[in-house]
Amino acid sequence: MRHRSLFTISTTAVAVGALTLSACGSRDDSGGDSGGGDKTVVIGLDAPLSGDLSALGAGIKNSADLAVKVANKNNEVDGVKFKLESLDDQGQAGTGQQNATKLVGNQEVYGVVGPLNSHVGESMQKVLGNANLVQVSPANTAPQLTQGAKWQSGDKVRGFDSYFRTCATDDVQGPFAAQYLYNEKKFKKAYIIDDKKTYGAGLAGTFTTEFKKLGGKIVGTDHVNPDDRDFSAVATKVAKSGADFVYIGSEYPTAAPLSAQIKKAGATFPTVGGDALYSAEYIKLHKKKSEGDMATSVGAPLNTLDTAKEFMKNYKAQGYKLPYEAYGGYAYDSTWAIVQAVKAVAEEGDGLPDDVDEAREKIAKAVQSVKFSGVTGEVAFDKFGDTTNKQLSVYEVKGGDHKAVKTGTFGES
Amino acid sequence: MNDLPDQLANGLALGALYGLIAIGYTMVYGIVQLINFAHGEIFMIGGFGALTAWLWLPAGTSLTLALPLMILLGVVCAVLVGVGAERFAYRPLRGGPRLSPLITAIGLSLALQQAIWAFYPDAKKARPFPQFEGGDFDLGFVSIAREDLFIYVAALVCMLTLGLFVSKTRTGRAMQATSQDPDTAKLMGVNTDRIIVMAFAIGAAFAAVAAIAQGFKTGEVQFRMGFIAGLKAFTAAVLGGIGNIYGAMVGGLVLGVGEAMAIAYIGNVPGMEQFGGGSWKDVWAFALLILVLLIRPQGILGERVTDRA
Repeated sequence: MRHRSLFTISTTAVAVGALTLSACGSRDDSGGDSGGGDKTVVIGLDAPLSGDLSALGAGIKNSADLAVKVANKNNEVDGVKFKLESLDDQGQAGTGQQNATKLVGNQEVYGVVGPLNSHVGESMQKVLGNANLVQVSPANTAPQLTQGAKWQSGDKVRGFDSYFRTCATDDVQGPFAAQYLYNEKKFKKAYIIDDKKTYGAGLAGTFTTEFKKLGGKIVGTDHVNPDDRDFSAVATKVAKSGADFVYIGSEYPTAAPLSAQIKKAGATFPTVGGDALYSAEYIKLHKKKSEGDMATSVGAPLNTLDTAKEFMKNYKAQGYKLPYEAYGGYAYDSTWAIVQAVKAVAEEGDGLPDDVDEAREKIAKAVQSVKFSGVTGEVAFDKFGDTTNKQLSVYEVKGGDHKAVKTGTFGES
Repeated sequence: MNDLPDQLANGLALGALYGLIAIGYTMVYGIVQLINFAHGEIFMIGGFGALTAWLWLPAGTSLTLALPLMILLGVVCAVLVGVGAERFAYRPLRGGPRLSPLITAIGLSLALQQAIWAFYPDAKKARPFPQFEGGDFDLGFVSIAREDLFIYVAALVCMLTLGLFVSKTRTGRAMQATSQDPDTAKLMGVNTDRIIVMAFAIGAAFAAVAAIAQGFKTGEVQFRMGFIAGLKAFTAAVLGGIGNIYGAMVGGLVLGVGEAMAIAYIGNVPGMEQFGGGSWKDVWAFALLILVLLIRPQGILGERVTDRA
């Protein structure tokens, strides 16, 4: 009996082993050259495609899809067919991390675009970094993602060589808003609210520091839970604080009802926020009371750049159901940066290296030195992986639409 | 402290809303000893029902005219789902182990939430809810928002009707009897199945009214709105003494006012600055719950019953 059971076990083990091996083998086959000799390069995409932030997520996905289609149409890289694989992170760090693991496991993936949220980006960095799989985010604005946890004290250390982003960070976005409000709007008294998330708290922090430095006064601060929708008590406090404006470090699903309730409680001053308030959804959720509210966003408004006009035309021609929103241009540029890196590696070595790990590592290195004029302006990366394009704009809601009121480059005050 | 009346008004509105939802928990618990965790989702479906009615009406209809229809459709949707849940999810498990219906309730809650997420048009993000036109009613010392007025009136009307119904009508008394002893009630000729359905239906109807109130208050309905609201209402029901309908309302009001006060004033206490504000209100709400349960384990208006847990 004993003998037989041992025998059974070992046979099973061998059989399972053989099956696993053959499974691996077959996957490698499909991963290699297929069809007419074109190599398939999959670009992974991670963004919130469902949930509150899906409007921004869909814009990112569609724009990346457009970049992939343009690259294939122009035959941008000889012998390479690009493909987009989109995953939904629902704005949650855990899901983002699972998606990162999934993308690393897929041997055809050579680069990742996304995510939208800084806290999701934080959770994906390590997984992708370990595999040397390059990640270019169109929308992560939290400074510590490229400059390390101690960036505020000037001790900047890059954590991951494989992480890049095409948007400017909160350490310029917050101060840029502060300078505009203090110098040009002559607002002196601020009420600050954040939602304790990586993005919101970071933005509120950099804004507060600069506003105080300029001589402004903070008449109150508060923190809210991002999932709450009833803010009546906080709203009463803010409305009676005598502030000139309220700065909200949060995203539009939370910020829109919060701001609406502050105005309902009697406030006549505007709400100001970061790029996550620069969405048509903010105005839609907020009804008529959003008039006069302001939001900063990274880059110049798309309709002022020639490269952007072509993007807008192509986007329209593709007939996507949802608009490209705040990050569409950045998502296009992020995808294009990966395409360019693949091109550089392929041209240098006559096609991509057969070894996936080697190819990924080379592509990640190549992204560091890409340079092209993209939808959002000149795209290139500094030694931290941040964009060298530090343009920002302030938008104000006028007549139910965000209108650019100032575009400039941030300078230390 | 000049904003105390306003903060009290905020707290009372929030509390009345919690109380309206809590009645659903407390009635069902009082009669079948089941904590219906899907109640938060029934609340959410009431909100979507009302939104559907609003979208059906031609654009530009005055909200005051639309309101009765919105309430009607919201209540009908919520009651259908509530009664359906009782009939198909809970009744087959009645008499089984206590944990089975509880787990079914959690499963049902997830299923309903995802059903709205998947099938209601554009519900993957928050849907804007109509708003009252016009400003607040200024009474001099306090200003009352129009949507808060709706909550006050709705809660008052609902409570009075329910109180009269339970104490004066034949069905209401049958309900009390079933709650005290279902077996004996059955022997006395009470159709307990019908009574249980009634409890679910009334709870669902009140939840739908609360959902409309919350829609007005926050300007949106979304598929996840039932989770936090349900949790808070359940807390309110326990705080007030689960099984007691007046307790549910009292618990709701205490919780709502407590939250508003915590947001407004805890930060002003020297040394407590970092514990004030919107992000700590839940901590204070649950601290209040623990405190009340330490002194009165049966809740504010609850009766001491030995065999219930």
